[in-house]
Amino acid sequence: MSLVEEFKKGIWEKNPVFKLVLGMCPILAVTTSAENGLGMGLATTVVLICSNIVVSMMRKLIPAGVRIPAFIIIIATFVTVVQLAMEAWVYDLYQALGIFIPLIVVNCLILGRAEGFASKHPVIDSIFDGGGMGIGFTLALFILGAVRELFGSGTILGFSIFAADYPPVLLMILPPGGFIALGLVLAALNKFTHGKA
Amino acid sequence: MDNQLYMSSSPHVHSGETTQDIMRAVIYALLPACVLSIYYFGLEALLVLLLCTAGCLTTEAVCCVLSKRAMTLSDGSAAITGILLALNLPASSPWWLALFGSIIAVTIGKQVFGGLGHNPFNPALVARVVLLISFPVQMTSWTSPTPLGHGLDALTAATPLGEMKTSVMLTGQLPASAHSGFSDYLIGNMAGSIGEVSALAVLLGGLYLLKKKVITWEIPASYLGSVILFGGMFWLIDSQRYPDPLFHLLTGGLLLGAFFMATDMVTTPITRSGMLIFGVGCGVITVLIRLFGGYPEGVSFAILLMNGATPLIDRYTRPKVFGRNPYHNINQTPAQEN
Repeated sequence: MSLVEEFKKGIWEKNPVFKLVLGMCPILAVTTSAENGLGMGLATTVVLICSNIVVSMMRKLIPAGVRIPAFIIIIATFVTVVQLAMEAWVYDLYQALGIFIPLIVVNCLILGRAEGFASKHPVIDSIFDGGGMGIGFTLALFILGAVRELFGSGTILGFSIFAADYPPVLLMILPPGGFIALGLVLAALNKFTHGKA
Repeated sequence: MDNQLYMSSSPHVHSGETTQDIMRAVIYALLPACVLSIYYFGLEALLVLLLCTAGCLTTEAVCCVLSKRAMTLSDGSAAITGILLALNLPASSPWWLALFGSIIAVTIGKQVFGGLGHNPFNPALVARVVLLISFPVQMTSWTSPTPLGHGLDALTAATPLGEMKTSVMLTGQLPASAHSGFSDYLIGNMAGSIGEVSALAVLLGGLYLLKKKVITWEIPASYLGSVILFGGMFWLIDSQRYPDPLFHLLTGGLLLGAFFMATDMVTTPITRSGMLIFGVGCGVITVLIRLFGGYPEGVSFAILLMNGATPLIDRYTRPKVFGRNPYHNINQTPAQEN
């Protein structure tokens, strides 16, 4: 597979959210607005690319028996870096995402790519894989966040879309709305790609 | 084809009763409550009833066309969902609230699961809870009843349950309305959603359904019985703080829920013991939410929660197969399913 293909597969063909349905916990929890979804997606992307690089570099050093703890320590290191960086530079977003930033450590997408790809492929391939997967994840979170924000608050990225007397459907930015929105978006995408929901 | 050799699976003797017959009986049973609500709330109530019914029927038709399935309008289930939803809304509901609720009820509540018979939750209650959580202001603007011909504009008022919750929270004491006014509650002269106002009209419809054998006694009896017992227990402990069982019984949507929504064939257990467990669960949760929860009324949440438990109840109350070792049955049958 060429590098371009490694990059492209994560965005659509094997999109972590819409096709692999990985990492549901942050997806449902933080997509209450497009901005939160985008922030979470980018934070995850940074961690994913960095951990893919290191895991790939160390893939011949890590004994098979302790590979999962080793991956987790590598991932946790980068999550801590991202967390501190976000606390320093984007404090509002840091507060909005809250506990879900440290929880990136256990995002099964990142561990999944470390185990399934980076530990078996060279560094350059792993960077492209992580980048593609991360961007696919970010895109999905942004779409889901935008849908929920649009109906739940009547805005996208803070800009009002509907007329002023639009009554926001509060449910959409509450937890059940996450499940309903994800289901509807998945159904719409299936309809779009396979012709049936 | 030679039909003489045609063999069908059981049942071979059919009572002739169809889904339409059952649904028609339910609609008849809902009529007294509808008529009385129009008397009390006037044209507003009629408008909400019509909007919800039309909304549900239209959504059902659109879903059938979009999913390329046979048209299921004539089974009457969408019409009932519409009427039940309307009965669960305040008379002052704006038009978009009624329509949005109807669309949610039929799509999210029923059609996404594959239509009538496949939905795990009662569609009308799903819509009610979605609306209650999304639009708390519109969903709790109750109108106090102004019987036709009295010529007054509608007044907003708290429901007896809402009044009770506020008073207990502020003073730790029941309001005066919790000790008297039971005859008003019985005939429906109180603020509330369209269908929960008259205990008597709902009871009449419920008895009709029982007589027509559309519903069986187990769920209403165990639901109401457990509310009386469990609610009564708190009343005996502290009658200044907790209302008496009759108040529980006559106010809010309890009777409507117990006779019309907790008895939905699709979303409730099928065995007799399962139905009893279901009813008791609904009763206990309803009383807990009314006395200790954040919302004044808990009937819809209670029924939805128990709807969610229904597959589990059905699994544990499965009748024993005659002649089988009971231990064998308990341990083996669920595993074989997987």
